[in-house]
Amino acid sequence: MHELLWLIPVLPLLGAAINGLLGWRFPKGLVTAVAIGAPLASLLLALGCLWEYAHGGCPGGVCVQTLYAWTAGDLSIPIAFQLDALSAVMLFIVTFVGFLIHVYSIGYMGHEEGYRRYFSYLNLFMAAMLLLVLGNNFLVMFFGWEGVGLCSYLLIGFYSDQPFPPYAGKKAFIVNRIGDFAFLIGMFALFAKFGTLNFKPIFDAVAKNPGLVGGQYALGLSFAGFVALCFFVGAMGKSAQIPLYVWLPDAMAGPTPVSALIHAATMVTAGVYMIARTNVIYQLAPGVSQFVAVIGAVTAIFAASIGMAQNDIKKVLAYSTVSQLGYMFLAAGLGAYSAAIFHLGTHAFFKALLFLGSGSVIHAMGGEQDMQRMGGLGKHLPQTSKLFWIGCLAIAGIPPLAGFFSKDEILHAAAANGQWALYLVGLITAVMTSFYMFRAYYMTFAGRFRGTHEQEHHLHESPPVMTVPLWILAAGAVLAGFAGVPKLLSFGRDLNWFHRFLEPVIAHPHGLGTDEHGLSVGLEIFLVLLAIAAAFGGLFAARALYGRDAGIEKERAWTGRFPAVYRVLANKYYVDEIYDRLIVKPLAWISWLFWKGVDTFLIDTLIVNGGAAATELTGDVGRFTTTGNVRNYALYFFLGVILLFWWIAFR
Amino acid sequence: MTSVPISWYLLLAAALFVVGTLGALTRRNGISIFLSIEVMLNAANLTLVAYARQLDQRTGQLLVFFVIAVAAAEAAVGLALFIAVFRQRRTIDVNRLNLMRW
Repeated sequence: MHELLWLIPVLPLLGAAINGLLGWRFPKGLVTAVAIGAPLASLLLALGCLWEYAHGGCPGGVCVQTLYAWTAGDLSIPIAFQLDALSAVMLFIVTFVGFLIHVYSIGYMGHEEGYRRYFSYLNLFMAAMLLLVLGNNFLVMFFGWEGVGLCSYLLIGFYSDQPFPPYAGKKAFIVNRIGDFAFLIGMFALFAKFGTLNFKPIFDAVAKNPGLVGGQYALGLSFAGFVALCFFVGAMGKSAQIPLYVWLPDAMAGPTPVSALIHAATMVTAGVYMIARTNVIYQLAPGVSQFVAVIGAVTAIFAASIGMAQNDIKKVLAYSTVSQLGYMFLAAGLGAYSAAIFHLGTHAFFKALLFLGSGSVIHAMGGEQDMQRMGGLGKHLPQTSKLFWIGCLAIAGIPPLAGFFSKDEILHAAAANGQWALYLVGLITAVMTSFYMFRAYYMTFAGRFRGTHEQEHHLHESPPVMTVPLWILAAGAVLAGFAGVPKLLSFGRDLNWFHRFLEPVIAHPHGLGTDEHGLSVGLEIFLVLLAIAAAFGGLFAARALYGRDAGIEKERAWTGRFPAVYRVLANKYYVDEIYDRLIVKPLAWISWLFWKGVDTFLIDTLIVNGGAAATELTGDVGRFTTTGNVRNYALYFFLGVILLFWWIAFR
Repeated sequence: MTSVPISWYLLLAAALFVVGTLGALTRRNGISIFLSIEVMLNAANLTLVAYARQLDQRTGQLLVFFVIAVAAAEAAVGLALFIAVFRQRRTIDVNRLNLMRW
């Protein structure tokens, strides 16, 4: 079956091409059939491949399919796909969640102008994302990496008749480019050292050559450290980590299913996938790994604190995504790569669920996203309300839902590595996560309705084409956690199936693992209880503030006691403003200088128009010699001959 | 037999050339200009012949034949042109043939 691996990314690509290039006369039904058929076929193929993989269809745990070897000089890049444990997990998440979100989009985008364009982009995204996770070398991966960036840009700016979405799209693209640049540098460094970009030879060479750890390569880092840092900067851009996270909240300008698929479940996790993929290199770079963990933890708490003070339902979810990605990087930086991927998987389910649930709310509210205008929607949207509740429970880490297991594994990794400061940050973030999610829940679904009368009249539960995918995602959000039951709760057996599954991809050459570093059982139980307490603490705090009626007034009374803190949080720490002053404005000023000074003055005025003017001037003067009188020409000729002879005689 | 020194020939040729040049530059009648150019060519011919004799080589004399041939061809073409111009413009005064100007 794995010889059909190449079809998995190619089918959505075909779907995008058919709808995008040929579909302008298609009836809507055919557009839908193509748009849904392609990811469905991919999903079925992927399930087939995974079935075979799980039953030992790939000797050594890795299947490679080479389509074509592209050679240029010393560089030989096979266009090849690879199925191993890590890409299998990603493959499942991307095709499964992706397909559900395609289905949901039929309902959500049904009344939109650019229905065909939307699905063409969405299929293209699927193709690029699958290329990213299936590629067996850095170049194919980078191709997918750039492809998802492009689709992200196209889909954020989907509502191109409004002023903000195209701007947000540009912002996302530009911020991502900063990271991509570092990614490229890392790839160049690897190629310069090993002469190949294929995963296996590079990782084998790195694992066998601990000499790469010592010494200085660049920036005062060892070779492994330098490459790891470059890749991490790339991941910062794609996966929205400090300081390159600023594009993700603005990316909410796109349609909500896009936010769910690209900016929550799949694309933004590409950075985590990349670090897990290159874990061999990271394990040789403990300093950079520590840096990754710290950045992840800081991002987690930073974004969570902003999320507590946002009133736009999608903004809350956006900051929540940044925060959860921070958790994943915290885990990856601690060496708990399988925990990072585990959280990636559970997060894909519950965050897609939450986003699509918010989409259902926004759909019912006729485009309204401000939670201050919502409230009491539980009566009108009973299914959405329940689904959102499940999503909140899952992300908050209430046992036994998925978020509990994955988040606990990350916190456990921090504790087991003795990184108590990071553990504490993670724990506080868990409280905040629970708080802002239930705040969003209560503000939206509890209390009484605060919107306009027309909005109230318009309220309706979403059609089944939207709610059924939500129920499936909700099932995932409830059950996915059982794939990785921690040792403590396994009753003496190893039930952490997920961890075992990923084991072959994640090497442990230097003992930077998650394995128990002597945490006593008592302490572990205490930590688990602490995590549960954190989740419930946030829940009850939110319930106390927003649970009954008049949630907004209570919040205002409460935040009124810390006006400065609230203002800073509500304004997102003024990061956008600071970037604007420190980076955007100076760059704009330099650009203005180049525009006016170099382009307008030097090139346009001096060189182009100046050249033309000089030619015209010489022509204006010189044309007086063209008298039309033959005798004058004869005289010039004669004088010229004299000059020539003069020159010959006296040179 | 005393031969005429070469300098005499050269002086005569130079005089002819100057006369021809001035004529070519100053005359307004196209045919007069033509005649002047013929004078210049013959000045050059005289020089060539004089040197051919002085150096006792035939090359110069040979070259003169070519020049005469060219001059004849030039005269034929030039006169034909002037006839054509005269038919159009009823004049061959070169001062009035100045349409090709800025």
